[in-house]
Amino acid sequence: MELLVASAIGVLTAAGIYMILRLRSFPVVVGMSLLSYAVNVFLFATGRLVINQPPILRDGVTSYTDPIPQALVLTAIVISFGMTAVVVMLALGAFIEASNDRIDLDGEEDGQ
Amino acid sequence: MSPALIAALPFLGAALPSILIRTGRNNAAAVAALFTGLALLGLLLNLPTVLAGGVVETKIDWLPWLGLNVNFWIDGLGMLFATLILGIGLLIILYARYYLSNRDPVGQFYTYLLLFQGAMVGIVLSDNILLLLIFWELTSLSSFLLIGYWKHLPEGRQGARMALTVTGMGGLSMIAGMLILGHIAGSYDISEILKHKDAIQASPYYIPALLLILGGAFTKSAQFPFHFWLPHAMAAPTPVSAYLHSATMVKAGLFLMARMWPVLSGTPEWFYIVASVGLFTMFIAALIAIFKHDMKALLAFSTVSHLGLITFMLGLGTEAGALAAVFHIINHATFKAALFMSAGIVDHETGTRDLTRISGLRKLMPITFTIATIAALSMAGIPFFNGFLSKEMMLEAAAHTSWLNNDWLIPAMATLAALFSATYAFRFITHAFFGPVSEDLPKKPHDPNFGMWLSPGFLVVLVLAIGLFPMAVAGPYVQMATNAVVGGGYHMHPLKIWHGVTPALIMSAIAVIGGIIFLGAHAPLQKIWDKTPRPEAKAIFDWIIDKAQALAAFITQGLHTGSMARYLMLFTVASVAAGLYAFSTGTIGAPTRELTPVNGAAIAAWILLLTAALSIVAFHHNRILALVMIGIVGLIVSISFIFLSAPDLALTQISVEVVTAVLMLLALNFLPKVTKTESSRMKLGFDAGLAIVAGVAVTGLIYALMTRDFAFPTMSGYMLDNSYNLAGGDNVVNVILVDFRGYDTYGEVTVLGIAALVIFALTEALLQGASSRKLIAWRPDVARGGDKHPLMLLIVTRVMMPIALVVGLYIFLRGHNQPGGGFIAGLVVAIALVTQYMASGFAWTQARQKVYYHVLIAAGVLVAGITGAGAFFNDMPFLTSDFGYVKLPGLEKFELATAAGFDLGVFLGVVGSVMLALGGLSRLARRAAMGEQGGEDGAHIAAEKPEARVLAPLAAGPYPPEAKVPRRWWKTARAAPEATQAERDTIHENKKTNGGDH
Repeated sequence: MELLVASAIGVLTAAGIYMILRLRSFPVVVGMSLLSYAVNVFLFATGRLVINQPPILRDGVTSYTDPIPQALVLTAIVISFGMTAVVVMLALGAFIEASNDRIDLDGEEDGQ
Repeated sequence: MSPALIAALPFLGAALPSILIRTGRNNAAAVAALFTGLALLGLLLNLPTVLAGGVVETKIDWLPWLGLNVNFWIDGLGMLFATLILGIGLLIILYARYYLSNRDPVGQFYTYLLLFQGAMVGIVLSDNILLLLIFWELTSLSSFLLIGYWKHLPEGRQGARMALTVTGMGGLSMIAGMLILGHIAGSYDISEILKHKDAIQASPYYIPALLLILGGAFTKSAQFPFHFWLPHAMAAPTPVSAYLHSATMVKAGLFLMARMWPVLSGTPEWFYIVASVGLFTMFIAALIAIFKHDMKALLAFSTVSHLGLITFMLGLGTEAGALAAVFHIINHATFKAALFMSAGIVDHETGTRDLTRISGLRKLMPITFTIATIAALSMAGIPFFNGFLSKEMMLEAAAHTSWLNNDWLIPAMATLAALFSATYAFRFITHAFFGPVSEDLPKKPHDPNFGMWLSPGFLVVLVLAIGLFPMAVAGPYVQMATNAVVGGGYHMHPLKIWHGVTPALIMSAIAVIGGIIFLGAHAPLQKIWDKTPRPEAKAIFDWIIDKAQALAAFITQGLHTGSMARYLMLFTVASVAAGLYAFSTGTIGAPTRELTPVNGAAIAAWILLLTAALSIVAFHHNRILALVMIGIVGLIVSISFIFLSAPDLALTQISVEVVTAVLMLLALNFLPKVTKTESSRMKLGFDAGLAIVAGVAVTGLIYALMTRDFAFPTMSGYMLDNSYNLAGGDNVVNVILVDFRGYDTYGEVTVLGIAALVIFALTEALLQGASSRKLIAWRPDVARGGDKHPLMLLIVTRVMMPIALVVGLYIFLRGHNQPGGGFIAGLVVAIALVTQYMASGFAWTQARQKVYYHVLIAAGVLVAGITGAGAFFNDMPFLTSDFGYVKLPGLEKFELATAAGFDLGVFLGVVGSVMLALGGLSRLARRAAMGEQGGEDGAHIAAEKPEARVLAPLAAGPYPPEAKVPRRWWKTARAAPEATQAERDTIHENKKTNGGDH
């Protein structure tokens, strides 16, 4: 299981990094979403993987998963949404103002 | 009164003048005077103690482990300076009331003045050098505001910048020096440092510390070669010049030298640096002052010269020198402030300060003439005025000082400086007030009203009183302050006017007679002076600033090319390199954890995830496809959370997926649907390689983490053990969010709210001006569905709405004990609301919206905050929660926890933020739809809300009287200002030119 999770995080990271190195705003936003997944799962996994032991207290149960990374990741997921929304809005604003969605200032402008 | 309170009073009162200015200038001035007066009164209550040789202290620990304590003390030196600051402050407040015109923002002036005053009092009463540094920087900042007070004057702005740059740099140097000093002495308390003279002077760090501290003192007190900022600061209103640049702030550097005198002075280094710089400054500035035509410039250079005199005296390192310095600080403050105020009166009444234009004012302004003459004669060093006494002391000391075994150099320069000083003082009087009455003045001059000359009048009474009866009027104060400067045990000889025929008297006589001769020869001398080439300090300063800016621009633009892809690439490379370095140099232990078993479902999910992620990379040019793939990734991640014992995360992730998908679709509505390949194959290959390296690195890192146990016991054990006992909740994740780590959550909800407000602000900006016209002209680039609001979807969503809300409520309520809580419930409710927008349209939903989303965000933050603050009533820290069990008849026993109130705040904040963010994007889409609608419907769409119309009637266009407006908008809609015909035409034109073809 650890191998699956670790490789999945790696693939998400790699795909995210590749996407944020593109030159248009939408792929960058997609890349940041992918990176957010990777980071969230990474943080979650630092609590070590545990199956069938949710952090909900029950009588007679003594072993639980680590609740702290979960609490941190929960807010991180919501904040990631806020961040994505701001970035999308910025990208949209830039596109409407400039009539193109390049993220760089260098190079010749096209799409006019 | 406690010294801390005295220093705090001006700050406490600082905001009031800006508020009270609405009720008139008198009230603003009165409240400023009230707080200054209270502080002065409180200070003087301590006078008997300090005069008797005592010290009044307040000690408050602030950051004791840094040595930074809020320690204040009033000793003799602090008492002298604080009296000057607050006393002259009172006079300036009165003077400024009449000096500033009613077009000036007077409330702001008094606010700045009080801030400055508080900072100055803070400096002189601090018993901790770190605290002193804070106040020191505050004086630089507040004086920046005061010098640039007339924002419309370029000289004011440039002068303010120059003053801030020079004194700010000096401040930085002083910080370093003070830290060294504190390090040597082992304490940052001044009273403690002053006991370690031998240790400090024996230390190898003595010279660096001395140089750095003097860097601060010399810049602040405008000593050569840092003197040039002071004349440029004269662009400030005259009350500021009188207060900051003659009486108080520029003396902060002197204060510092006097304060540190017991431990720093007495060495040859001190003498040769401080005395030489002071003497030279006194000499050169007096010479320049003779040839200045602007009355304030003349006074400014004269101030530099007198500051040099005091520095020179402090630099001698003798008790006589310290006495002369202290006495001259008092005398200079009185006569120079009076002179500045007189110059201000002349400027105010005649409209000019140019000595070549004004003359003969003696007959027109007799009161001003009298005041200015007394002050100027004191400055010239004429007997029976106070300036004479301290100047005699200076000359006496100079006469007995040799420099590098040269006995005549110092006395000669001191005499010459005194001679120049007499010359410009005489010139100030004769050129302005004697001679024929000038005719071509901008205004017809006459004496000002009582309020304006009262302050300088009071000061010249002091000038005379000290000049005639020095021992009776100033004696105790001088003794007290000098005693503090030299470090105690000082007994002053009585201050006298007549000492017999001493060398000083002869030098003084030479100076006065020479001054009269120079005055007579002023015209030819001025010609020679004007022809002599001199380095212009401002030009040199500007050159240095230009070069520094060019260097900064070179570095910045070299690094910031504007290519975000490049920044991100460099960032990734740097992160990977740092990781590789750590990996290759560190050690890694053996795995300690068993691997968890794998089942078929997990492998299937893994394959799905990988396929989706790689498909995004491969097919991201089709943006809609990429969006679908992102959805798959999100779903798999949610499912994995369930599988890996994180039900709360799964619920959160899946609801966030929904809103994110809506968000991205709204954005894609406008953005191109296809990404073209722009990068070269090589760049693509490089990016892919970099991404793979980073991915492998992350994989390795997390795999290593997951296969090893925690190095230390985690906090989780505590949380699991106490979740039920302390917080009454079974769902530990929720308990951590709303209770154990409630502060984090509070911050996060606030951040989310701010993000939503940022989006709102961006939307507002885009809905105005050029971008609004672009939106109106925008045409969809893909075909639209035939049915805008499909009936089935519409019915289903409306039926679903109450059910969804109940589900949200249920998730919210059970959150403390079962998976759920405010975050998830907020997202669920937001989804329920979003579906209404999607199915029924923005306008339909908006018209039924009862509460603005801003209000929800604010309510959320407030509810959470108030719940947290409720803990104060139980004498517990912020956000401490309480809970109990309640039994109501007919219901089972249930639990009530204050954490539920906090969670409610989280819930409201999340709903408001998500809806405001999505709403912003829909508003853009709606503005774009206006072009399709055209005509009155279009205008109606553009209007959105009546409030928006009031804000931007031009962009929105008026409501036609027959337009259908929701009932609850009637009042505002009809009240909206009618646009003129011309404005309607403009909008119509814009529509046509932007491609509207209907």
